[in-house]
Amino acid sequence: MIAEHLPALQVVVPLAAAPLIVLLRQPGVAWALAVAASVFAFGASLVLAAEVARVGVISYAMGNWPPPWGIEYRVDALSAFMLVLVSAIGALVAPYALRSVAAELPREQHYLFYAVFCLCLAGLLGMTITGDAFNVFVFMEIASLSMYVLIALGRDRRALLASYQYLLLGTIGATFYVIGVGLLYLVTGTLNIADMAERLAQVGGTRPVLAALAFITVGLSLKLALFPLHLWLPNAYAYAPSAATALLAATATKVSVYVLLRFYFTVFGAGLVVRTLPVPEILIGLSIAAIVTASLVALWQADFKRLLAYSSVAQVGYITLGIGLASADGLTAAVVHLFNHGITKGALFMLVGGIALRAGGVNFARLQGLGRAMPVTCLGVTLAGLSLIGVPGTAGFISKWYLVLGALEAGHWWLAGLVVLTSLIAVAYVWRFVEAAYLSAPAPGAARIAEAPLPMLAVSWVLVAACIWFGFDTSFTVEGARRAAALMLGGAP
Amino acid sequence: MRREPVLRVVGKLLIPYMLVFALYVQFHGDFSPGGGFQAGVITAAAIIFYALIFGLPAARRVVPEAVVEAMVALGVLIYMSVGFAGLALGGNYLDYFVLAHDPVHGQERGIFWVEIGVLVTVSGVMLKIFYVFAGRGRESGGG
Repeated sequence: MIAEHLPALQVVVPLAAAPLIVLLRQPGVAWALAVAASVFAFGASLVLAAEVARVGVISYAMGNWPPPWGIEYRVDALSAFMLVLVSAIGALVAPYALRSVAAELPREQHYLFYAVFCLCLAGLLGMTITGDAFNVFVFMEIASLSMYVLIALGRDRRALLASYQYLLLGTIGATFYVIGVGLLYLVTGTLNIADMAERLAQVGGTRPVLAALAFITVGLSLKLALFPLHLWLPNAYAYAPSAATALLAATATKVSVYVLLRFYFTVFGAGLVVRTLPVPEILIGLSIAAIVTASLVALWQADFKRLLAYSSVAQVGYITLGIGLASADGLTAAVVHLFNHGITKGALFMLVGGIALRAGGVNFARLQGLGRAMPVTCLGVTLAGLSLIGVPGTAGFISKWYLVLGALEAGHWWLAGLVVLTSLIAVAYVWRFVEAAYLSAPAPGAARIAEAPLPMLAVSWVLVAACIWFGFDTSFTVEGARRAAALMLGGAP
Repeated sequence: MRREPVLRVVGKLLIPYMLVFALYVQFHGDFSPGGGFQAGVITAAAIIFYALIFGLPAARRVVPEAVVEAMVALGVLIYMSVGFAGLALGGNYLDYFVLAHDPVHGQERGIFWVEIGVLVTVSGVMLKIFYVFAGRGRESGGG
């Protein structure tokens, strides 16, 4: 009985955990509830993914109102893949948060952190699973509002400003998205994504449809931090609490990319977006700008967390580059990189949170000689850094490999060269960490710094191990992404 | 303003009617404009009116901060438990049709509890916002 309601429970359980946490208030109970809800969500997503692999598409009628009228929850190859990523990160960040939040937030705010964490997780999962364009907006607002709070909880006073910046830009993004959906509703008279796709195919590229495409593209580009709309991201990631940064960096922009993919390839269809409009050219141009400029800016950051934030902007560029190629290999690369970059950045930000806890900050001056004081953490950062670069044998290599294949297939040999060349910039900024941690003389007082707390270290290393594991065993990631790419290019949802 | 006799008398006269009117808007929402959100705002407005005349500490004694925060969470939980009731009775999540012996009756019962949840959360959130803004500067000792 439970199994058939899993699509609803996937979202409802984390959502229900949030008010329960507010009612109970005890920090320990709050943490336990958050862990239980996120682990349940992870389990549910795995069952759903297995089910989708068997039957194809799962449709769930919310409130028993049949789909074109009621809200439909729809799980297919692409959304099942995203659900696994988001809930896996949630299930790892929740146990990680215990020590990190205890150190970074005043005790009376702990239960609020866990409540907002559960809301954010529910919002992101909801955006992924829902088959209704307006419902996407509702969950986007749930996720975004809780993210603003998560960021504002940061210890640094600049966290408030970062949160406010993100609030302004995020609201503009969401407004643009809802204007686009409104225009589509005007043209098609439906909000159900699958139904909308069918009706739009009859309408074709009329002016309101093109306007809707433009609004949705710009709105979602703000949310996913596509260059030059990424200005909110570096500060938000840098000043948020460590656990919040790990969750946001690994999932938030990724889910927005998912919604963009959903609209491009399911709603508008590759025929309109790729073949009649210059969307691929624009995306490829902006992606190249993102990769090159953000990587170069990352090189000059004095703070390791900010460096990683700028690197995230660059990595989003690789994902949108894959979308811009719009071929089977390009889309596979984009979807694989969503996953691989999610686990890589999740691992990095978790480990950096451990360093911040012990060393009091992650400025490069504080990282001097830390390799001796925190050997396990620094080894983890180095390994995840290799995955960020895309060294063979790591998850990052798999995504870059498919990206190069996609570029060569499209005849853009220069683009393939660019992917390899910009990886060298990543080598340079990861090297800055290696140089500071291993090759510099320890700063005075560094000898007293201990290794990060064991629970934090353990969950971080699960992700580091995943970065290596998915570099060799690609049966889940690449096969899942291939199925998702085939689904998107096949047109029919 | 607590020394103004006119305000005090008018306030004491009006507040009970405001609360009753909120309940009217709540339960008549099935047939006319209204419902949980509007009723929640009117309920909160009655308390805010009380706070304006008799002062924030008096309002905090009537509806303490802890109650307000519990209301915010409780309303959402009432709403969600309607969904779980649908599941328990063999329907989908938030399925109203199975909540009573016939579907139409079930619809009404579902909406009734969902709107109660909305009332509780909305009035809680409105009061929370008021308390936060009105209380600014008092706790920190400034003007």
